[in-house]
Amino acid sequence: MVSLCSFISYYWEEEKRMNYFPDEVLEHVFDFVTSSRDRNALSQVCKSWYRIESSSRQKVFIGNCYAISPERVIERFPALKSIALKGKPHFADFNLVPHEWGGFVYPWIEAFARNRVGLEELRLKRMVVSDDSLELLSRSFANFKSLVLVSCEGFTTDGLAAIAANCRCLRELDLQENEVEDHRGHWLSCFHDSHTSLVSLNFACLKGDINLGVLERLVARSPNLRSLRLNRAVPFDTLQKILMQSPNLVDLGVGSYVHDPDSETYDKLVTAIEKCKSVRSLSGFLDVAPHCLPAFHSICPNLTSLNLSYAPGIQGGELTKLIRHCRKLQRLWILDCIGDKGLEVVASTCKDLQELRVFPSDPYIGHAAVTEEGLVAISSGCPKLHSILYFCQQMTNAALITVAKNCPNFIRFRLCILDPTKPDAVTQQPLDEGFGAIVHSCRGLRRLSLTGLLTDQVFLYIGMYAEQLEMLSIAFAGDSDKGMQYVLNGCKRLRKLEIRDSPFGNGALLMDVGKYEAMRSLWMSSCEVTLGGCKTLAKKMPRLNVEIMNENEQTDFIFDDAQKVDKMYLYRTLAGQRKDAPDFVWTL
Amino acid sequence: MQLVLGGGGGVKTSSMSTVSGEGNTAMSSEDSSSPDEAELELGLGLSLGGFKAQQTAVKTKYARILTAKDLPSGVSTSSSCTSSSSSTLSRANATAGTKRSADSVSAPNGASSQVVGWPPIRAYRMNSMVNQAKSVATEEYNSVIGKNKNNTAVLDKTNNGSNMNSNNFKVRTSFFVKVNMDGIAIGRKVDLNASGCYEALAQTLEDMFLRPIPTINAMRSSAPEHNLMVDATRCPKLLDGSSEFVLTYEDKEGDWMLVGDVPWGMFLSSVKRLRIMRRSEATGLAPRLQERNGRQRSKLI
Repeated sequence: MVSLCSFISYYWEEEKRMNYFPDEVLEHVFDFVTSSRDRNALSQVCKSWYRIESSSRQKVFIGNCYAISPERVIERFPALKSIALKGKPHFADFNLVPHEWGGFVYPWIEAFARNRVGLEELRLKRMVVSDDSLELLSRSFANFKSLVLVSCEGFTTDGLAAIAANCRCLRELDLQENEVEDHRGHWLSCFHDSHTSLVSLNFACLKGDINLGVLERLVARSPNLRSLRLNRAVPFDTLQKILMQSPNLVDLGVGSYVHDPDSETYDKLVTAIEKCKSVRSLSGFLDVAPHCLPAFHSICPNLTSLNLSYAPGIQGGELTKLIRHCRKLQRLWILDCIGDKGLEVVASTCKDLQELRVFPSDPYIGHAAVTEEGLVAISSGCPKLHSILYFCQQMTNAALITVAKNCPNFIRFRLCILDPTKPDAVTQQPLDEGFGAIVHSCRGLRRLSLTGLLTDQVFLYIGMYAEQLEMLSIAFAGDSDKGMQYVLNGCKRLRKLEIRDSPFGNGALLMDVGKYEAMRSLWMSSCEVTLGGCKTLAKKMPRLNVEIMNENEQTDFIFDDAQKVDKMYLYRTLAGQRKDAPDFVWTL
Repeated sequence: MQLVLGGGGGVKTSSMSTVSGEGNTAMSSEDSSSPDEAELELGLGLSLGGFKAQQTAVKTKYARILTAKDLPSGVSTSSSCTSSSSSTLSRANATAGTKRSADSVSAPNGASSQVVGWPPIRAYRMNSMVNQAKSVATEEYNSVIGKNKNNTAVLDKTNNGSNMNSNNFKVRTSFFVKVNMDGIAIGRKVDLNASGCYEALAQTLEDMFLRPIPTINAMRSSAPEHNLMVDATRCPKLLDGSSEFVLTYEDKEGDWMLVGDVPWGMFLSSVKRLRIMRRSEATGLAPRLQERNGRQRSKLI
C-alpha cells in the first residue's frame, strides 16, 4: 500500500504534465491491485482512473447487501466475476435480530442471472439463502467455481444437490456454521462422475448422514482436493480411506474420531496420516476418543492452524500433549477447558501464534475455565499475537495493562467476561484503565469488543487513542451520552458500531448525524434512544435507512415519540428504503 | 423452566431487561401502553433480570401462572419501552454504587438467569455446544460406525439433569416461538432452547395452557407447590396422544406438521411457530395422527 501511494502521487504529478496514459497500461497495472480498499482508493484519484478501475474490477465486496442495489453494482462493475455479500447485522449471530428480518440473496442472484454476469465466485455471510436461490445460481452461471456460505440459513441439502449437479466447474463448496435443514445424504451423489475439479469441500456443519461410498469415490476422483472438512457422520474408517486417497490435503476437518486404538484400522490411519505431509490446518474432531489422538502427532509439527473449538472431548492431558507438538502454530481456536495452565503450555510452545480464540465450553454453567492469568501468559509467550477472542470468568486492570505492554500489535481485541458487568476481580474497580491501556498501546487496533464494569471513562480513552478503530462492540457499559459521544468524536475511522443495553440516548445519537454516512452501520438495542430521536435522525439524513424493530407489533407504539426504541439499526444506503422488510421492521 | 413473579422495590422493572427484543413475556397482549406503575413485574421463562436483579429473583422463585388479575393496569409486558427503560433503571442502579457483580456471582442455587443474546456466542456454536454437552454426558465411546447423534430419548435424561445441576447462572441464547392454542385468543411464547427436548417442551406447554389456573391465595400456601411437583411427574399428555389436543408446528415451508417426528435438532432448524390444535381439527395431518387416534380408541375399547 505504501508503494501504491507513492505510485499514485508520482502519477498525480505526471498527469499534470502528460495528458494521457494508455488505458491498457493502467488496467494492467491495476491488475496487481487486488484488495477492495486499494481499488477503492484507485478509483478516487480521477475520473479516468475511476472509469478504468470500475470497468476492470472483477472482485467486489459489499459489506451491507442493502447499501446498494444489485443493478447498480452490475452497472458499475461490468467485469464482475466474484462477489462477497454480507446481510444481517452482526448481533443477529446472537439472536438479537428477529427472525425474518431480511438479508435475502435471491434478488442478487436473479439480477446477476438476468444481466448475464459471468459469475464465478459467491461468498455470503449472514444471509438468507433459499433452495430456490441455490437452484437458480446453479443453472445461471456456466463458469461458477466457488460457493462459500458463512452463518447463513434458509436452505436445505436439496439446494446443495442442485449446486453439486449443475455447477460442472465447481471447485469450492465451503459451508461454515450454517443452519441447514438436512434431507439426508443424497446431495453428495449429485456430483457427476465426470466432476473431477473439486479443490475444497467443507460440509462439517451438516447434521445428517452421508453416503460414505459416494464420498470416498468423490474424493478418489478429485486429484486437486486440498481442503476437506467432514461432518460427524463420517466415521473413523472412512477417514482412513480418504486420507489414503488424498495425501496432498492441506486442510483437514475430521468428522467422527472414535475408534479402538488397538485395531488394524487405527494402524492404517497412522500410516495414512504420516503420508499427509502437506496438512497445515486441522479442525473438527466432532466426536472424539482422545486416546486415538496420538495418530495425529506426526503432522502436528507442520500445523499452522488448529481448531478444536468443537471438540469438547479433547481435554486436559490429551489436549496439552497434542499442543506440545504444534510448534509452528499461528492460529489456535480452542475451548476454555484448556484452562489457564493449558494456555501456559500454548504460550511456551507456540511462539509464532498470531490469532487465538478461546470459547466457553459449557453453555449451562456460568463459569469459564480461564481467567486473566491465561491471557497474561499468552501475551508474554506469544509476541506476534495480533488477534484475540477470549471468553473468561474474570479480568483485572493489571492483567490488561500487562497484556497491552507485551503485545502492542493487536489489530483485533475481543474480550468477553461471562458476567458482563463484572469489575476488576481484585480491586473491584471498573476496567476502564485496563482497556485504556490496550487502546493506548495498540495503535493499530481495528476491532474492539469490551465487557466488564465500564464507565464513560473507557470511552474517553477509546476516543482519544483508538485512531484506527473500525469496529466497536459495546454491551452493558457506560454511564451517559458522553460515552458514545467520545467514541463518535474521536474514532475517525469507525465503520461499525454496535451497542446493546447501555445508557446512550438521543443526545449521543444526534450529536453528529453526518458521521453515519461515513460509517457502514450503527446498531443500538435496549439503549435510551427514543422514537422521536430516531425520527429526527431519519429526517435529517435521507441517505440513511433508520430501521426500528418492534417484534411485538404494538401499533400504539408508533405514535408516541417519547417511547424508547428497543432495537434500532441504521445504515447508509444508495438503494433507499428496502422493499422486503417484514411487518415488524419500520423504516423511518 | 420457572415462571417468576418479581416483587416491587427499587429494581422493580429490571427483569424486563431480559425480556427486551425477544418478547418473551407474552402473557397478555391486551396490555396498555403506560409504563409507569409496576408493583408487580412479569417474567416468563428463565428471565430474572440477569445480573441486575438477583435479589428480586431470589425472593420470588416459585412458579405460578400469572393471570390478568396480576397485571397491574399500567404495565405493558411486552412493549419495548419498559424493557429499555428497565435497562436504564438497572444501569442506573449499577452505577449507584451497588456491587452488582458480587451479587450476581453469589446467586443462590436454582435461580437461573438468562439474558437474551448473552454470552455473545454465535447461535450455531451455541446449539452445537448444547447438543454436544448432552451426547458427551451420556455416551461412552463406541466403535459403532458413526450415526447421527440426535437421539432424543438420550437427550431428555441429560437435559433434565443438566438443568438441575447448574448452580450459578445459566446463560444461553434463546429461541422463542409463538404458541397458540385453539380456543384461546391470547398466544404465548416459548423458548425452545430452554426445553432441549420434546418431553420438556410438551411439559412446558402443558404448564402454560392446560394447567387449571390456581388463585393467588392458594398459591401462597405450600399445597400448590406440592401439586406442581406432583404434576411434573406425570407424562406429558400432548405427545402421547391421550389429550384432546395435539401439538403441531409450522415449518419453514409453511406446512403444518406434527411435533415429534424428526430429531430435536432438525425440528429446531425448521420450526417457525407452534399450535396446540384440537384433535378433531387435526385430521388431514400426517396419517400417523389418525393411526394414533385409532390405536387410542382401540386401547380404550
